[in-house]
Amino acid sequence: MSLLEEMNQKATAQGIPLSAHLDITWRCNERCVHCYLDHHGKDEMSTAEIKDVIRQLEECGTFFLSISGGEPLLRRDCFEILEYARKLRFNVKLKTNAVMIAAKEAARLKQLGIEQVQISIYSDRPEIHDAITKLPGSLRRSLEAIRHLKAEGVKVSITNVLMKHNAASGKAVQQLAKEIGVEFFIDPTITPMLNGDRSILSLGISKKELDEVFRTEEFVGNVGEFCAPASTVDDNVLDGYSCSAGHTLAYISPSGDVFPCVQFPMPCGNLREKTFREIWWRSEALTELRSIRVRDLPTCSQCGHAGYCTRCPGLAYMEGNMRGPSSADCAKSEARTGVPSAWQLRSGHLSSNLVQIRLA
Amino acid sequence: MPTTETYLAKSTDIAARKLGDETIIMSTLDSTIFMLNPTGTAIWEAADGNATLSRIIEEKLCAEFDVPLEQASADARHFVDELAEHGILVVSDHPIPQ
Repeated sequence: MSLLEEMNQKATAQGIPLSAHLDITWRCNERCVHCYLDHHGKDEMSTAEIKDVIRQLEECGTFFLSISGGEPLLRRDCFEILEYARKLRFNVKLKTNAVMIAAKEAARLKQLGIEQVQISIYSDRPEIHDAITKLPGSLRRSLEAIRHLKAEGVKVSITNVLMKHNAASGKAVQQLAKEIGVEFFIDPTITPMLNGDRSILSLGISKKELDEVFRTEEFVGNVGEFCAPASTVDDNVLDGYSCSAGHTLAYISPSGDVFPCVQFPMPCGNLREKTFREIWWRSEALTELRSIRVRDLPTCSQCGHAGYCTRCPGLAYMEGNMRGPSSADCAKSEARTGVPSAWQLRSGHLSSNLVQIRLA
Repeated sequence: MPTTETYLAKSTDIAARKLGDETIIMSTLDSTIFMLNPTGTAIWEAADGNATLSRIIEEKLCAEFDVPLEQASADARHFVDELAEHGILVVSDHPIPQ
């Protein structure tokens, strides 16, 4: 077991919110077509309020802190907030589109000891990337920022979110990341807006395109192993839970709302009304979420994909039931293996005519 | 190898958090991760730039963990040496301003 796994296990056992995702603003200088946020700046916490939240997270044992948005650098106090978090010895990651990072900002991020800067790059072609961000020149500016960060020795990762506009961009962006010398991640999932609007889901890539992503060695490693994962659904699987959301991970919105995860907008409390400790330990919503094991999921516990499914309870929640399936993850399991999920079979959402055979 | 009269301070190039009676530390320079056990955590917490290793051994390790002085000194010097090598602890012959 790696030290990180050991740490996660201990945090889970002790109920420690080891990781927190803090959006300091939802305002943004880009208008990405697939974004799940409204870009209003209403009710944003003040600098003092955000510092107090960070101090509370430190008291509760949070170690990994992602500062994000919106575009976090639109706040004039962004560096002050980062500095405060580093002073309290957090491992800090910054999620940004980076268009406001020039040489001076890159040097400051290095000096602060930011663990990683995470940037979305949608294509190696400006006409595609900029059409998604709706900010002319954004690809050029983001790439310039990455070069400044690299020159300072700051770790950078690129995430390539796939949608209709850039479905074929993965390999080129991966090559670009390799040339610049930064980490690369590919994400084929478009998620609904936090306000429940699901219209942006229509921007997602097709089943055929998802099949292709999952059969590309550069993205998934050994295709044979990825597409034919071990399928045992035993007590270890059934006694487990879907992900760390609400167990060791918390999300905090710019106005102080606490959710289990940024993709799981289940209200747990607001930090202007209660302390983080009170919300984390006493919220009925979090208590209920933590009680759910895979065996408590009516459909998913009966599904042969349960052992390796990437089921997102937040997406399930946004579909109406956090104990239900996340149809996007059913589609991924089907794309990986060619076999429909239990939910797809029951609901008729089928794109193949295979069935699951469950051994007693 | 540090002597027992070495002053210890926490580096600023780290992220750290106490989990129960253990401490997770990650270097921001090379992302090396350490998990300190309770005795390592006691040394880490006492490393305020003003305490010498001998004082930490005497007041923390021997007193709180019931470890013989000789064994505590050898283990602590080895521990400090390793953490200093990775830039996690700062060591000096003089007090270290924090």
